[in-house]
Amino acid sequence: MRSLLLQGLFRRPLTEAPPVPDAADLAALADHLDIAARRRLGRSLSIRHVDAGSCNGCELEVHALNNAFYDLERYGLRFVASPRHADVLFVTGPVTRNMREALERTYNATPSPKWVVAVGDCAADGGLFGGSYAVEGGVSRVIPVDLHITGCPPNPTALLKGLLSLMER
Amino acid sequence: MAVLSDILSQGVPVPAHRPWPRVMVSARLWKLAAQGLADGHWSLLDLSAEAAAVHMTLFEERTTSVAVISLDCPKGRFPSVGSVHAPAIRLERTIQDLFGLIADGAVDTRPWMDHGVWGVRHPLGEVTEPAGESAGYAFLAAEGESLHRIPVGPVHAGIIEPGHFRFTANGETVVRLEERLGYVHRGIEGLMRGADIGRAARLAGRVSGDSTVCYALAFARAAEVAVDVDVPARAHWLRALMAEMERLANHLGDIGAICNDAAFAFMHAHCGVLRERVLRAADTCFGHRLMRDCIVPGGMAVDLDDPGVAVIDALMAEIRRRFPALVKIYDNTASLQDRTVGAGTLDPALAQRFAAGGFVGRASGRLFDARRMIPYAPYGQLRFEVPLLVEGDVNARVWIRIREVEQSLALIDQILAAMPAGDICTGLPAGGGEGMALVEGFRGDVLVSLRLGESGKIERCRMRDPSWFQWPLLEAVIEGNIVADFPLCNKSFNCSYAGHDL
Repeated sequence: MRSLLLQGLFRRPLTEAPPVPDAADLAALADHLDIAARRRLGRSLSIRHVDAGSCNGCELEVHALNNAFYDLERYGLRFVASPRHADVLFVTGPVTRNMREALERTYNATPSPKWVVAVGDCAADGGLFGGSYAVEGGVSRVIPVDLHITGCPPNPTALLKGLLSLMER
Repeated sequence: MAVLSDILSQGVPVPAHRPWPRVMVSARLWKLAAQGLADGHWSLLDLSAEAAAVHMTLFEERTTSVAVISLDCPKGRFPSVGSVHAPAIRLERTIQDLFGLIADGAVDTRPWMDHGVWGVRHPLGEVTEPAGESAGYAFLAAEGESLHRIPVGPVHAGIIEPGHFRFTANGETVVRLEERLGYVHRGIEGLMRGADIGRAARLAGRVSGDSTVCYALAFARAAEVAVDVDVPARAHWLRALMAEMERLANHLGDIGAICNDAAFAFMHAHCGVLRERVLRAADTCFGHRLMRDCIVPGGMAVDLDDPGVAVIDALMAEIRRRFPALVKIYDNTASLQDRTVGAGTLDPALAQRFAAGGFVGRASGRLFDARRMIPYAPYGQLRFEVPLLVEGDVNARVWIRIREVEQSLALIDQILAAMPAGDICTGLPAGGGEGMALVEGFRGDVLVSLRLGESGKIERCRMRDPSWFQWPLLEAVIEGNIVADFPLCNKSFNCSYAGHDL
C-alpha cells in the first residue's frame, strides 16, 4: 500500500493522461465550468441522479464521472444522496410507468431553483422502448426538462459537456 | 423418476427446436418435473409463458443436458411449480401479471411486475382493463417485540437502479428483508413480438447495460441456431474477446465498489482506473465503450484491426502490472477483511437449490459455468479454470471475481494469439424456427429462447437474467447481519434490476 501511495505521489495525475483530444476537451470544459458555475452557484452544483427505468448503461457512465480520469468534483460538481440537497436532477431511462410516481415525488422534493437533465436517448423520447405499455416515453412527459444529453449511453465527456451547456443557458 | 430423458421420452417432441429438445407434456408430467426440481434431480433454468402455454427449462447436471417441457393451458391455469420449488415463485407471479395464466396451488399470488399503473392487465396475454384502484402491496410480516421497519427505495441514495427494500430490524440486526422489484419493467418481451431481427437484436443489447455484450451474444446465438446457420469462425473469436473484456470491466469495477462499501475508497479509485482503461480500449477498438450493437445475428458489425490488437495487448500489460498489488492490499488490509469475511454468508445448499449462477454460485460451491458445462465456440478450444470456493461470504465473492479477472486476462491472450482471419458476418437466411442459447455473462448464465416466424419476425422472445435466482438469495443471506452491512452484501451480489425487470 505504501509503495502504491508513493507511486501516486510521483506519477503524473491520471486526469491528464487520457488521449489528446479528450484531454483538450476536458481542459476546455474545466475553464468554462469554473466561470459559469461561479457566476450562477458559487462554484458548486449538487446533482441528484434518478434512474427512471434505464438499462443501467447510463448509470455506468455517470459512475465513471467520479473516476480519476474525469474527477467530476474538481469542477465543483458532485452527486448527492438526497433530492433535498440537489440543484440538478439527472434522470435516465424512458420513465417506466412503475417509476413515474417516484420520479414526480423526487422532483417535488427538490428545492427551486432546479434543473432537470434527461440523460440518454431513451430519456429523450423513450428510444427503443417507446410505445411499450410499460413506459411513459421520455422524461418530459412527466416533469419539465431543461436539457437532453444524447447518446446510448452518453460517454462521460458528453455528460460533462451537457452540464456545461446547462450552466451557460 | 429421476432421469430427465424419461420425462422427455413421454412427451410429444416439438420439431425444429434447437439445439436442445422441447416436448409438449401432460399436466401429470409437468408435476413430475416440478417434483424432480424439488428433489434436486435437476435445476430450473427458466419458467416462462406465452398466451396459452407455459414452458419450463431444466438442466440436468449429471448429464449436462438442457431440455424444455411445455404445457398447454387452454383454461388459463397450470400446476404451480413454486409450491414445491421456491425459485419458481417470482417467475409464476410474473407469468400471472403479464399473461394472466394462473398457477394452481401457488403459495404467493401477489403481483410482482404489475404495480397497477400500466393501464392494462395481462399485457402479453388476454388483455383486460385494470380492475380499478389496486390495493396497497402487502409486505410479508415479521412479528416480535421491538421490531422496526426501514423502507428503502425505489430511489436510492447513490447512483443505482431503482428497487424497493423493506427491512425489518431488531436494533441493528436484520430479521427480515423483503425485496420489491419491477420498477424497471419496460415490457421488452412485448416489444420483441413482431419486431424484425435488427430491432430485436438492439433491444436485446439494452436489457441490461453492464451485460450488453452477453445479451447481444445470447440473442444472436439463439437466432442463428433457430435458422440453423453458422457464423464465420472469426466472429466467434471476436465475440469471445468482447465477452471477456466485458467480464473484465465489470469485475474490476465490482471489486473496487465492494471495497468502497466497506469504506475503503482507495481500492475503488484504483480499480476504477483499470475499469476505465478497459472501456477506453473497447472504445478505441470497437467504437463503443460498452461494445453495444457490435454483435449482430449472423456475425459481427465491427472487426478488430492490427492497431486494435496492440491496444488490447497494452491494456493486458497495464492490468497485469497494476492488479496484483491491489489484490495484495485487499488480502492484507485487516479493516477490510473485518467487514468482508463472514458477512452475508450464502449456504451452499441454498445456492444449489436456486441454481445460482456466476460468482454467487461459485463462491458457494456450485460449480457451474456455461462456458465450461455447455461450451460454445470458441471456448471448447480455450484453456481456462473455473474458480470455486465454498465459504459463500462477501470475501469469497470478491475472491472469485479476482480469480476470474486473472482467467479473463489469460483467455484474452489466447484469443488474440489464435484468432483466425476471414469474414466476420454472414447474412441470416430467411425462414423460421426455434432456438435457445445459454451464455455466461459476468454475472452468470443468460438464457434466451427465441421463435422466429417464417417472415423473419420475432414471434416470441424470452430472456432470463441470472439475477432471477440471485435476488431471492440476497434476502436469505442478509438475515442476522446488521443493516450497515447490507450495501456490502448487496454489492457483492450485484444483481441486475434492469435484467430482472426487463
